[in-house]
Amino acid sequence: MLLRLTDVTKNYAGNEKAVLDHVSLDLEQGDMLALTGESGSGKSTLLHLIGGLDSADSGRVVFDGIDLTPMNDSGRAALRRGSLGVIFQQFNLIPSLSIAHNIAFQARLAGRHDPSMVRVLVERLGLDDHLNKYPEQLSGGQQQRVAIARTLAARPQLVLADEPTGNLDEATADNVLALLQDLVIENGASLILVTHSERLAARLPRRAYLRAGRLT
Amino acid sequence: MTAAILSALLGHWRRNPLQLLTLMVGLALATALWSGVQAINEQARSSYDAAAATIGEASYSQITAQDGGPIPQQTYIALRRAGWAVSPVVEGRLDTIRIVGLEPLTAPRDLGPVRLGNGVDLGDFLSGAGQIFARPDTLARLPQTGAALQPTPDVAPNTALTDIGVAQLLLERFDQIDRLIVLPDQPITQQPLAQIAPELIQTDPQQGGEVAQLTESFHLNLTAFGLLSFAVGLFIVHGAIGLAFEQRRPMVRTLRALGAPLVRLIALMAVELAALALIAGALGVALGYLIAAALLPDVAATLRGLYGADLSGELSLRPSWWLSGLAIALGGTAVAAFGALWSLARMPLLSGAQPRAWVMARQGSGMAFAAIMLLGLAAALGIWGTGIVAGFVMLGALLIGGALVLPPFLSLLLRLAEGQARAPITQWFWADTRQQLPGLSLALMALLLAMSANVGVSTMVSSFRLTFVGFLDQRLASELYVSAESAAQADAILAVAEDKADVVLPLLWVDRLVAGQPAQIYAARDHATYRENWKFLHAVPDAWDRLARGDGVLINEQLYRRTELDLGSEITIIPGRTLPVLGVYGDYGNPIGQVIVTEPLFSEAYPEVRALRFGLRVGPDKVAPLRDALRTDAGLGDAAITDQSTIKAMSLAVFERTFTVTAALNALTLAVAGFAILMSLLTLAAMRLPQLAPVWALGLTRRKLALLDLLRAVVLAALTATLALPLGLALSWALLAVVNVEAFGWKLPMYLFPLDYLRLGGLTLVAAALAALWPAWKLARTPPTQLLGVFRNER
Repeated sequence: MLLRLTDVTKNYAGNEKAVLDHVSLDLEQGDMLALTGESGSGKSTLLHLIGGLDSADSGRVVFDGIDLTPMNDSGRAALRRGSLGVIFQQFNLIPSLSIAHNIAFQARLAGRHDPSMVRVLVERLGLDDHLNKYPEQLSGGQQQRVAIARTLAARPQLVLADEPTGNLDEATADNVLALLQDLVIENGASLILVTHSERLAARLPRRAYLRAGRLT
Repeated sequence: MTAAILSALLGHWRRNPLQLLTLMVGLALATALWSGVQAINEQARSSYDAAAATIGEASYSQITAQDGGPIPQQTYIALRRAGWAVSPVVEGRLDTIRIVGLEPLTAPRDLGPVRLGNGVDLGDFLSGAGQIFARPDTLARLPQTGAALQPTPDVAPNTALTDIGVAQLLLERFDQIDRLIVLPDQPITQQPLAQIAPELIQTDPQQGGEVAQLTESFHLNLTAFGLLSFAVGLFIVHGAIGLAFEQRRPMVRTLRALGAPLVRLIALMAVELAALALIAGALGVALGYLIAAALLPDVAATLRGLYGADLSGELSLRPSWWLSGLAIALGGTAVAAFGALWSLARMPLLSGAQPRAWVMARQGSGMAFAAIMLLGLAAALGIWGTGIVAGFVMLGALLIGGALVLPPFLSLLLRLAEGQARAPITQWFWADTRQQLPGLSLALMALLLAMSANVGVSTMVSSFRLTFVGFLDQRLASELYVSAESAAQADAILAVAEDKADVVLPLLWVDRLVAGQPAQIYAARDHATYRENWKFLHAVPDAWDRLARGDGVLINEQLYRRTELDLGSEITIIPGRTLPVLGVYGDYGNPIGQVIVTEPLFSEAYPEVRALRFGLRVGPDKVAPLRDALRTDAGLGDAAITDQSTIKAMSLAVFERTFTVTAALNALTLAVAGFAILMSLLTLAAMRLPQLAPVWALGLTRRKLALLDLLRAVVLAALTATLALPLGLALSWALLAVVNVEAFGWKLPMYLFPLDYLRLGGLTLVAAALAALWPAWKLARTPPTQLLGVFRNER
């Protein structure tokens, strides 16, 4: 079992209802899960808890046999560096680094930098001509491809993608997702994809639906 | 409509109170430092003016004895009978108080408080025990004489003004006059002075008080420091206004889209800024008053010790000072806001704001170009410029050019460091630091100016100290200096000295015009004291030997720089006799020219001048017996005997006071720069979350990010210091070698003080670390939810 969530609950100050209410979920190595739900249903929050970016109020999040719940800041940071990869809707590239350095950054942090793999990713994602540019010089679709390359170059066990195609047009979104799926499979990783789009969700083998903080 | 627009504009400050605080505090501090220094200078100048008005040096010709001694009362009477309209003055010191005795019936009507129609009863002044006019604090220190004490704030500090009879009584100088004031209106026919009293000499009115001239160097430096401090503060204001305007661009676009006229928008923003500037300026002037009040006692002690200038230790509030403080706050804000208002006025209605980094990159190349031009101008003026205006333009170009070169300089260094970095975090650190430059550059420029000012002024003051102490060693080589009141007492001194002293060096001089300049001609006895201690700036070989043979003269630097005289130039010091210049010597602090001739030549030229002052050389163990013998056998009072070590100790104590003032101003300027960094970091903190959140998400802890932010501030301060040091030294050189020479006629040698610079560098790093501590602590405590807010599109 790569990931197990047990009765995870999360609320934010000022909210009447919990954002996540006793959510449980299992994910095996190689699984690809599409997580859908309405706005405010807690999809991003669930992703952040799995990624160690936030902590649950109650319940347990166990990744690769390690319980994230009692972990401190340093432990979670180490987990994010070594085993997880997060792709955000806003791309969140590092603006001060060139595209080449952005792509290699997480892999180098994890101590798994493989220039040949980066070259393959760059080629597959069509980024060859942009390596010396800076993020603000690229279009949204190009930036998203850089974010995907950055995550996959670090060869994480689990890729967490939060609306990675939310800012892209339909055709580009289809291409990006197909590429992401292919690369995840080639790297033997797992994927949790948060999306609004039923059409995109339908392309993944497993689906889960969040409604009012509960998983169905 | 105006109210609606104003409400929208003011809403920005409500939502960004920190920015408002930065603007107000920056402007208040800038005004405070400027007006504080100006207050000290104005107070000092008014004291000199009062002193000049009291003793009449500034406006009237004076008649004095050629040998500097007293004028007999009979000579005064002879002059009056011969038709000379002159008024006698008796002047001397009673303990530390300067006593000036005037004769009100003959004195010019505008001299001191003794003038008719000024509430002064002339009868009381002249009759009975008389009256003494002085400030209350001076009156309190006077001994009881029976004279009525009249508190008069108009009189110069530490000075008492009274009738000549009372002054003669107080100073025990019966039937003696120190000098005569020559009234402007003289009879058409009168006997020449040389016929009536050949031992007297008439000197023209001075353009300004001697004290004022001497201290001008000190005040010039204080003013330069005040201006630099103001510039440092102005950078803070510029940064705060620039940021506020950038953040308000979208609002301005919206307001214009809704129909608000651009002209009114700009006008309202200008009014809004003017109101803020007035409030901050008033705060700054009040704060400046406190700074001036705190520093004035030390400044007063410095001026009194260095130049004998009396300065009141109390500060008086002047309307002109308030107004100038407010004006400079308004002017500074206008300068800082002009660019922002101009760019807002030219902003097309439908244009989006350009990405900050690209705007900054474009500005960066423009800045580098402007910096190179300004530094080139400074270098050109340093080489070819002449005149005081060129000196100040060079200083300004150097400082502004240095400040403008900082961002491109730092960018280049950071780019090089990034290129060398191997580890990903190190690489990100340098790249991210470079990205922060646009936001921090104004604060760093302020730090650069503060550090440069520190290095420059400290180097100048310390060089001045070293030079002056060395100069005192030259000039005060004799163990004891004694002054006689009469020729008979001089003979008594010589009798004692022949027996008890190793060497007697008479001090003889006359005031003459040399090469069209007022100068003193001194006699030097051929002795090792002069040969070993006096240092030449330029000299021909064997200058001392040739001087001893009477083959030439020595001149001081002032005369050398103010005239065409150089080595080998001929000088006429006696009618019909010209001598070549053999050497030029440093003569720091002396406002006028000086010529040294050998003693026999002097005696031949001026046989009437007798030596009344002497330097006595004696072994250290014989100083006390010699002093005792001079007291008992020659009848000298303590005031007539000056111990070399006492003068040196006093001079050093004076410098310690000067250092206190400089250190206080240094600390204040550095604190202002530290404040600028703190405010910039706090302002940037909110804008930095989108840059830091991805790095945090990729596996760096908040603590590590905070530590890196702290390190970033220290590294930037250290890199800024590497530029500040040469800039500060260049500033110091400009002050010592260019401005000082143009303004005062003498050049101070420049010394380097590496340990001082290291200490300053350390202080700067501490200031930067302290400024970054709070923002870093806030970052370390940033809740993850706030960082997640960067990624979260929904909850």
